Amino acid sequence: MKDQHKQAFMEEAYELLTELESSLLELEDAPEDMDIIGRVFRAMHTIKGSGAMFGFCDIAAFTHEVETVFDLVRNGRILVNKELIRHTLDARDQIKSLLDASDGGNDADTGAGERIIAELRRFLPEGPGEKPEASSKASPVLKTPEAPLPQVRLTYRVRFKPAKNVFFSGANPVALLNELRGLGECKIVAQRCELPLLDELDPELCYIYWDIILTTSEGVNAIKDVFIFIDDDCELRIEIIDDGGWLDNEGGYKRVGDILVERGDLSQQALKEVLSEQMRVGELLVAKGLVGPDKIQSALLEQQHVKELRQEREKQESVASIRVPAEKLDILVNLVGELVTVQARLSQIAANRSEVDLSSVAEEVERLISELRDNALGIRMLPIGTTFSKFKRLVHDLSRELGKDIEMTTAGAETELDKNVLEKLNDPLVHLIRNCIDHGVETPEGRVAAGKPSKGTVHLAAVHSGDSVLIRISDDGAGLDREAIRAKAVEQGLIPAGVELSDRELYAQIFAPGFSTAKKVSSVSGRGVGMDVVKQAINSLRGSIDISSKPGNGTTITIKIPLTLAIIESLLVKIGNDSFVMPLSLVDECVELTRKDVENSHGRNLADVRGQIIPYIPLRERFKTGGTPPPIEQIVITRINDTRVGFVVDSVVGEHQTVIKSLGRAYRNVKGLSGATVLGNGSVALILDLPQLFNAAENDAKFLH
Amino acid sequence: MGKVIMTADDSASVRQMVSFTLREHGYEVVEASDGKDALQKLGNRKVDMLITDLNMPNLDGIGLIKGARTLPSCKFMPIIMLTTESQDSRKQEGKAAGATGWIIKPFKPDQLLAVVKKVLG
Repeated sequence: MKDQHKQAFMEEAYELLTELESSLLELEDAPEDMDIIGRVFRAMHTIKGSGAMFGFCDIAAFTHEVETVFDLVRNGRILVNKELIRHTLDARDQIKSLLDASDGGNDADTGAGERIIAELRRFLPEGPGEKPEASSKASPVLKTPEAPLPQVRLTYRVRFKPAKNVFFSGANPVALLNELRGLGECKIVAQRCELPLLDELDPELCYIYWDIILTTSEGVNAIKDVFIFIDDDCELRIEIIDDGGWLDNEGGYKRVGDILVERGDLSQQALKEVLSEQMRVGELLVAKGLVGPDKIQSALLEQQHVKELRQEREKQESVASIRVPAEKLDILVNLVGELVTVQARLSQIAANRSEVDLSSVAEEVERLISELRDNALGIRMLPIGTTFSKFKRLVHDLSRELGKDIEMTTAGAETELDKNVLEKLNDPLVHLIRNCIDHGVETPEGRVAAGKPSKGTVHLAAVHSGDSVLIRISDDGAGLDREAIRAKAVEQGLIPAGVELSDRELYAQIFAPGFSTAKKVSSVSGRGVGMDVVKQAINSLRGSIDISSKPGNGTTITIKIPLTLAIIESLLVKIGNDSFVMPLSLVDECVELTRKDVENSHGRNLADVRGQIIPYIPLRERFKTGGTPPPIEQIVITRINDTRVGFVVDSVVGEHQTVIKSLGRAYRNVKGLSGATVLGNGSVALILDLPQLFNAAENDAKFLH
Repeated sequence: MGKVIMTADDSASVRQMVSFTLREHGYEVVEASDGKDALQKLGNRKVDMLITDLNMPNLDGIGLIKGARTLPSCKFMPIIMLTTESQDSRKQEGKAAGATGWIIKPFKPDQLLAVVKKVLG
């Protein structure tokens, strides 16, 4: 598009130059012919104007100087002589070489241009160096309000009274009012008081004027710009009537009537009746003929506009955020936790008593507390993006240190996580990213040799999944070396030699303490300390970690973290007289396990659930509870690391909001438990760490076979 | 139906730029190469708006504006003058002749459209 216009300009300019040349030569013979002088002037004028428009600024600037001289010639203030024509011809040649230059020819001699201008300036009567009008290039038509000051919304009262003959200049007041409407919230009242009687009315004149109340952040210049063309032909008054909050304090007093009603001296009804009899100020004024009805309407409109504006602002102010120290939130969440426990007791008591009054109150309390809990936990949520940005720097620094070219990309920065979880997640993530950079992504040379772009990528992504957050750290590096891991694991006695393991099982070995396959220890990683610490940290957050890798294509580490640490939805189950809770996030379904089923499975602990064979772990056996199981037991089927596995319990009580309490120091290292909670009846239930129980059972099974 | 705008300019490249920009935004454009040509064309057909240069051969912009205002169909038509000078005298002269507004050259397509919108509503 642009080039097409430029091309058109060039063609035209060459044409004009030819014409200019012949005109100048003609002028030499008839130096006083105003017609020829006009032609010369117009040719240069067009070259200047069009040149500037299509980006030929050098040409425009140069031509402007020549044009200035000929403007004076045109006005008869300079007389044409041979010398002037000679210099102008030089100037014409200079314009041509400037044109040639922009058409791909040789660069024009700017020195020559300056000399010509200096020569021409000597013709100016005012003396050299002075330019009659400096702003030929600048000054766009509509002044775009320069640096729109901080977006302050101001309310203006504008009175726009065009001259009566405004239509004769082609102006359209309605278009201007519409343009004003585009600036912000706007109310317009037409003032008709100057309308004459019909037989005196000239339909081509404008008798109406307008009062406008406008709230805008564009500034007063934008309003003035609307009326720029009829600046001189109209009466324009612009006043600020509301400055965005400063004036709100005035006028907050009560009316006499309201005060009397408040004191009980007057009934509301009586006040209303009296008020309805009373005439409004506006009506009074109109009745007395002091002010026209349009003026009153305009004033009322202004009042209403400002009122609406202030109401809206109050609303906005009330939703503005406040800063609260984190400890206060922790205390709040703890209190909510206690409240949840107490509520569980209340619900239980209500259920036992079967009193309608009590149970309805208990239900109400349960609903409210559940809402309170969600809100309290929600307050502590922070977007994970704050952590991500820290890692960008880490990647940048480390990759430079190691001589690698690595870019970090992120996704899901807005995903929210409990503040406490986020803090505890920092170190493990740092470690994993370091591993990616050090072991994962190859050196630029190595990458090019492997047919990949020399720049590596580490991708960090967070996404919600149920009541958990999945954090993925992936690189496009070499991937894990399966055989090296196997050899190392066998060497360290982690797995028996010759056992065939799935990729997932094998990769899980790198989380064993002291495990490292790095050939050399770098300052960044490779000492074999770390991955086990990462795993522990994630476990302490009741999360899980999972690795997948493709040789040559890179590694992806997925961390699954519960949204919050304090309170979880869980399933309450019983084994013998003991209560246990399982995180509901892991539970898929519950099925019955009859004696007959157990006999049919011949001691292999496998259940047939709608045709799918699911292994189960009899917790009664594992916990050595003793006693006899009920004839029909329950299998709670869970999903752990994408494997469906059942846990057999005596009975399932139901869902339970579990406030997690950590176990005392003596029990901290007990495998399979992640904490405890207080039930409604005051007794204690242990929180089962299902992934850990599953792993333990799996390992036992492996070594048995 | 799109509004009809006339561009009167002796510079073909400016006419081309103006027509191109306006046509792209749904206006119909009539081109005139000078004031005389423009005035003749204004008499022949309905035009909603005129954009004219001030310096033109045969009949200049001021003359064109004055002439147009005498035509009944152009009495209230918006007329925008293109001018390189930002001198007030030239603007005043145009306004006195009956111009609605002005655009200072060089201008960008956006500025042209803003002005067209302003006066055509």
